[in-house]
Amino acid sequence: MEEEIRIHRRMTNILIASDNIITSLGFTTVENIRRIKACETGIRRWVDESISPLPFWASRVDDEELNELFSALAHPDDYTRFEKIVICSVRDALRNAGIDQHSARTRFIISSTKGNIDLLNPVINRFGDGNRVYLWQTAALMKRFFGLVETPIVVSNACISGILAVIYAARMIRLGLYDHVVVTGADLVTEFVLSGFNSFLSLSDGPCKPFDKYRQGLSLGEGAGTIILTADPSRVNKSSGIRVGYGFSSNDANHISGPSRNGEGLYQVIRKTLDKNNLPVDYISAHGTATPYNDEMESIAISRAGLQDVPMNSFKGYWGHTLGAAGILEIIAGACSLSENLLFGTLGYSEPGTTHPLAVIRETREARLNTCLKIASGFGGCNAALLISK
Amino acid sequence: MMKEEYVITNYCIIRNNRVWLNGNLVFEGREDPSAFFTSVYRHLDISYAKFFKMDNLCKLGFLAAEFVLRNTNFAQVYQGVDVGIILSNASSSIDTDRNHQQSIASRDAYFPSPSVFVYTLANIVIGEICIRHKLYGESAFFIEKDFYPKGMYTCVKQLLDDDVIKCCIMGWVEMDVKDYDAGLYFIEKQTGHTRGIAIFEPEKLLDLYQQRS
Repeated sequence: MEEEIRIHRRMTNILIASDNIITSLGFTTVENIRRIKACETGIRRWVDESISPLPFWASRVDDEELNELFSALAHPDDYTRFEKIVICSVRDALRNAGIDQHSARTRFIISSTKGNIDLLNPVINRFGDGNRVYLWQTAALMKRFFGLVETPIVVSNACISGILAVIYAARMIRLGLYDHVVVTGADLVTEFVLSGFNSFLSLSDGPCKPFDKYRQGLSLGEGAGTIILTADPSRVNKSSGIRVGYGFSSNDANHISGPSRNGEGLYQVIRKTLDKNNLPVDYISAHGTATPYNDEMESIAISRAGLQDVPMNSFKGYWGHTLGAAGILEIIAGACSLSENLLFGTLGYSEPGTTHPLAVIRETREARLNTCLKIASGFGGCNAALLISK
Repeated sequence: MMKEEYVITNYCIIRNNRVWLNGNLVFEGREDPSAFFTSVYRHLDISYAKFFKMDNLCKLGFLAAEFVLRNTNFAQVYQGVDVGIILSNASSSIDTDRNHQQSIASRDAYFPSPSVFVYTLANIVIGEICIRHKLYGESAFFIEKDFYPKGMYTCVKQLLDDDVIKCCIMGWVEMDVKDYDAGLYFIEKQTGHTRGIAIFEPEKLLDLYQQRS
């Protein structure tokens, strides 16, 4: 019996059954990818005193469209903005997957860094519910809204939250605990987060320029992404045919807000991921936040891993840094790359700007692809890597 | 293949101005959280200046980790990459979130600070423990309403089974205004030298956590 379980675990192929992306570029994966192909950015200048005393650059989800979409599901006034993008994203992905969300064999995971944090502002919190700011409350709301058997698991681990959530989802399926796992990542552009990154002087005055010589910081973005993983593609409507392999996390044990100088933690987690999956890497989807330190550290870690010639991009120039959603959005975009044999260009990049040269993809081009390595690093010294393949 | 057994080698509960190590009361204080954490730090008789820069959630996690790793020779036995940290709580970093919110509440007194903002993420406590003990292994932070060790147990057991890690610091670190509560465990594989104080299983984790409430 033990042996059977081991064999089952080794054999399990975990496939992406369905997905959704909600950002400034649209409310579906198809729409987002279409606009990425057209080299459009959703990052623009905003004058909005409710969020910042000064004008700022960010990628934001259209409020009117969101409310219109949500009003088909429930009354928009009864839910927060964060809850609405989460619910709309899950709903769209579920509709396309055809899995039974009410089954005990289906589990949900939410990934977010700050959830409903804007409710700490009494002007925004009109719900008279002090608990609503907590992410466990979001999980409880999801359980009620979608009629789930178990409360969703919540991962909150800075900018690697999304990748970690997918890694843990795949592990739970490999263990045989669930047949399907629905992973949603979301975060908002709020005054809370914007003022914090501003105090760090890490925001770009204009759309961010990942890996570029003249990059000056990140652009914040908001959005939600949902990815439905399944162990049994015969029981879903359709499957992308993209497999989710093994992934790991690591810590730099160096500094809580600055990445390690030698990229040690990221290098270690890349090595571990490559060893375990035992497949060559055709393409790297980097974190590429466009802060001077992050991109430099990534270039060191990628070079140390001997991957400096592998085509690499960052999606941050399209929809900004969406924090807890980022990993999910970029895994979905990576899956689209593999499906379509297309390497997406790094919007905002023009001149090499890291001490270790990288094969940054400038313009979208065709290429035969079988595997994608997704990496990210975050505050608290955390790093994560995950391989997806055809 | 022989089934490997995992054991809880140390556990620490910090709540109600008391610190319990493996069921024994090791420290008692009387002050508010900040002052209490400082007196626990003094009691430990260590020198680590970074402690005083931390927010209360990190101080609490840091102190509990000091206790569970104290009197172990884990630094000799394990490499940093082999040690995991899996933590959870209910309120994320809400204690510091409120401080940061306070600093942006008024346009006339708008002073967000990077040294506060950096602590507005739950997993910073993991980072602080990793820096202190030079731990580079697998880590994750989960949010749940109450400490419900079953999910975390499954996660840690799988990491140990798959040899992703060889030992793990795991548990609950909660901090919200005046309320704090930590229940941290050190989990190792059972060997001739490691006997442990209890078998690693979800019921036992919960039982030990609830004993000193």
